[in-house]
Amino acid sequence: MKVKMLSRNPDTYVRETKLDLQKVPRNYDPTLHPFEVPREYVRALNATKLERVFAKPFLASLDGHRDGVNCLAKHPKSLATVLSGACDGEVKIWNLSQRKCIRTIQAHEGFVRGICTRFCGTSFFTTVYTGIDHHWKEPLFATCGQQVDIWDEQKTNPICSMTWGFDSISSVKFNPIETFLLGSCASDRNIVLYDMRQATPLKKVILDMRTNTICWNPMEAFIFTAANEDYNLYTFDMRALDTPVMVHMDHVSAVLDVDYSPTGKEFVSASFDKSIRIFPVARSQSREVYHTKRMQHVICVKWTSDNKYIMCGSDEMNIRLWKANASEKLGVLTSREKAAKDYNQKLKEKFQHYPHIKRISRHRHLPKSIYSQIQEQRIMKEARRRKEVNRLKHSKPGSVSIVSKKKKHIVAVVK
Amino acid sequence: METAPKLGRDVPPKKDKLQAKRKKPRERKNPESQRSLSGAQDPFPGPAPVPVDVVQKFCRIDKSKKLPRCRSKTRNRLKVAETEEEETSVTAARSELLLAEEPGFLEGEDGEDTAKILQADIVEAVDIASAAKHFDLNLRQFGPYRVNYSRTGRHLAFGGRRGHVAALDWVTKKLMCEINVMEAVRDIRFLHSEALLAVAQNRWLYIYDNQGIELHCIRRCDRVTRLEFLPFHFLLATASETGFLTYLDVSVGKIVAALNARAGRLDVMTQNPYNAVIHLGHSNGTVSLWSPAVKEPLVKILCHRGGVRAVAVDSTGTYMATSGLDHQLKIFDLRGTYQPLRARTLPQGAGHLAFSQRGLLAAGMGDVVNIWAGHGKASLPSLEQPYLTHRLSGPVHGLQFCPFEDVLGLGHSGGITSMLVPGSAEPNFDGLESNPYRSRKQRQEWEVKALLEKVPAELICLDPRALAEVDVISLEQKKKERIERLGYDPEAKTPFQPKPKQKGRSSTASLVKRKRKVMDKEHRDKVRQSLEQQQQQQEQQQQQQHKQEKAKPMRARPSALDRFVR
Repeated sequence: MKVKMLSRNPDTYVRETKLDLQKVPRNYDPTLHPFEVPREYVRALNATKLERVFAKPFLASLDGHRDGVNCLAKHPKSLATVLSGACDGEVKIWNLSQRKCIRTIQAHEGFVRGICTRFCGTSFFTTVYTGIDHHWKEPLFATCGQQVDIWDEQKTNPICSMTWGFDSISSVKFNPIETFLLGSCASDRNIVLYDMRQATPLKKVILDMRTNTICWNPMEAFIFTAANEDYNLYTFDMRALDTPVMVHMDHVSAVLDVDYSPTGKEFVSASFDKSIRIFPVARSQSREVYHTKRMQHVICVKWTSDNKYIMCGSDEMNIRLWKANASEKLGVLTSREKAAKDYNQKLKEKFQHYPHIKRISRHRHLPKSIYSQIQEQRIMKEARRRKEVNRLKHSKPGSVSIVSKKKKHIVAVVK
Repeated sequence: METAPKLGRDVPPKKDKLQAKRKKPRERKNPESQRSLSGAQDPFPGPAPVPVDVVQKFCRIDKSKKLPRCRSKTRNRLKVAETEEEETSVTAARSELLLAEEPGFLEGEDGEDTAKILQADIVEAVDIASAAKHFDLNLRQFGPYRVNYSRTGRHLAFGGRRGHVAALDWVTKKLMCEINVMEAVRDIRFLHSEALLAVAQNRWLYIYDNQGIELHCIRRCDRVTRLEFLPFHFLLATASETGFLTYLDVSVGKIVAALNARAGRLDVMTQNPYNAVIHLGHSNGTVSLWSPAVKEPLVKILCHRGGVRAVAVDSTGTYMATSGLDHQLKIFDLRGTYQPLRARTLPQGAGHLAFSQRGLLAAGMGDVVNIWAGHGKASLPSLEQPYLTHRLSGPVHGLQFCPFEDVLGLGHSGGITSMLVPGSAEPNFDGLESNPYRSRKQRQEWEVKALLEKVPAELICLDPRALAEVDVISLEQKKKERIERLGYDPEAKTPFQPKPKQKGRSSTASLVKRKRKVMDKEHRDKVRQSLEQQQQQQEQQQQQQHKQEKAKPMRARPSALDRFVR
């Protein structure tokens, strides 16, 4: 007879000394790993719950201004430097890693309306009555007031002035990729796009209510997001302005500022209701909302260039620093931590549609004012929708046209 | 000069603007013949061949299922997922090369019957470490013994009918504890690790430490005859003489469910390791399948003409072996049809059955143990000729295959025997699931992880992959069946009840007015629908008439006999 018994040599399965790593042989046969799907589901549930447990986004509050912070500017070359302009004309330069103010300059006697840094990082510009933005590559900057002026740094007179319409212009922004393009927002509810090389306006879109600012997507050359007074944000494709790509609806009061993340996939918006929200570009609902009892109306917001932090300047003279991902662990992670983090991320993504997990990951605590406003506005929207539906049902088919939710807020596009 | 692209020509379709580029299935590079510097060609070009059945083992997507209608984006994502699964299953199949151990085997020479080979012969022919795995413990004083191996296969616990309880590491023969509980012991089980033992004593259920210290006495589980531990749910299932099947969560210490099986005394119980369903055998020849989430049995299978005396399920959950008072041993198919695949008449009924990890079936009939084997791993054992047999000094009272060793543990009235069965165990264990060589630190970390991913008891059902599916069709089917069964639709809209309002708006007249409004709206909808249906019917009739006219042959002149044409 031929016989062989399964016999293992313990030396191949047990480590030799205490200083060695443990030996862990692997066998990926599915019969040795039963209940794959329920165990992964429980791990995903745990990962979602832990994400909420570790969600502590607030990092620091920079104190020092003597009046409300009106504008913020990022340093193009240094991640730790940020500039802020206040309503009493003071400009402060902060170091974020030390969380201290490095320099204070009494720049003006009125509101510092606009502040921008030069692309080399050696100088910055501030204005009192107009908005300002610097070109991303050349020594030019643009200001807005009654008309949009393009200035050369060396000359005293603007190179060219462009205007379309009769009312004053509140903000102007250069496109970071197609650097000859500009966008501006005016008080007569329109957003105008200009071409610097032809020195003419290109086209404009008129909305229902006034836009406060726009921000260009740093990754997609033709996409920009407009922060509007009617509590919404509109993401437009420059080539087709008649419908916005997405309408982002989650704020309960006017949206004052918007800034994109350097990845171009998300943006943060600051609103007159005392909160800031982070929206993914492709979705109309926010993924995150940050608020504090001490933070009043948020005037300006910026996303740092390393994609990790968000700074917001508010009415009560403070600049606050937040984490962009609320439950992220800062600092250097060991390889095991990284592996665990990636695994948990993938699990959460895989099981995100299951009802229990979705409920836990979407849950956020909101201050009572915002929460009650949301309920009220929902009732109002529902009433409006119901009336629309009734109007449609009780009129001759074809006489009332159905306007999509996206197009509803656009009045006209003019070339 | 650059211009923004004109609308209508260069603009990409609006849907795709901000979404990531559609992921296409990865294209394989052409396996062109590689030439080395010397000009020689690879004699085996292309990737190494992988056996198809091994690749099939790692596939999890059920391609035979038809998908419900879905959008093109979802369909593309599914295609990408299927291609990825093919690639990963090939890589996993290739990784089988790294498995170190081979399974054992026993072959007779020149038509020798392996069943006639004695244990003593095997012990002589095999190496010294394996020979030490065969031992006999003569314990005649304390009654017939029940045995249980821990999940890693390293530790053995046994309990005698007269109260003798012991736990030891049977590989190093180191005794962990040995006590006498002064009461009849009906069954014994390790809990999740070798640290805790559950003993079903005469009156109640007791939990002991592996040092013999009594930790708990659970009085809610009384007169328990059989125990089963579900390792991934941390549930201890107990079958009692009172006819109740009780599930106890040992991590929290709560009784999750106490189900009345309504079939008298419960004597025969086993678990299905694939889906954690409990199989109970009854005296009317049926086997019922239970889950703690459901009050009624999931399935009831009629197996034997007399009472069922033993049930066993293999590790993949495909086959169930049962034996009954009618001296039959049958193997049923558990996935799909619940039909018997094999049957055999035994001279003496088998009172105990067990499957090994590689699909061998052991049956204890009196004081004789027979083992049947199939061909290859996890195949159906053929009941024609037994693979091995062994005669004991007393009748068998319990048997279990040791998890990762080629050994069958037998408890009988003369003590404990450990029998060598070459080829019964899975040779390559996974170090992160159950590692017989784990250290104390590894065991502690494994225990924490296992507790964190403990599956809730509500998720136990016949298909453990049910969570991964979108079950649209059966929901609709259930709704239809319910309407048929009840005769009406319980989810139909209840008649409109106007909400009571304040400030005099709730007077009878206004309530009636509100109700009328809703009724009128519904009436209008119904009328519109019926009008549309009528229009459609009319159109269809007209079309049919047209067709008939075309089909009718044209008559030249009308004749007098036309009125008699039907």
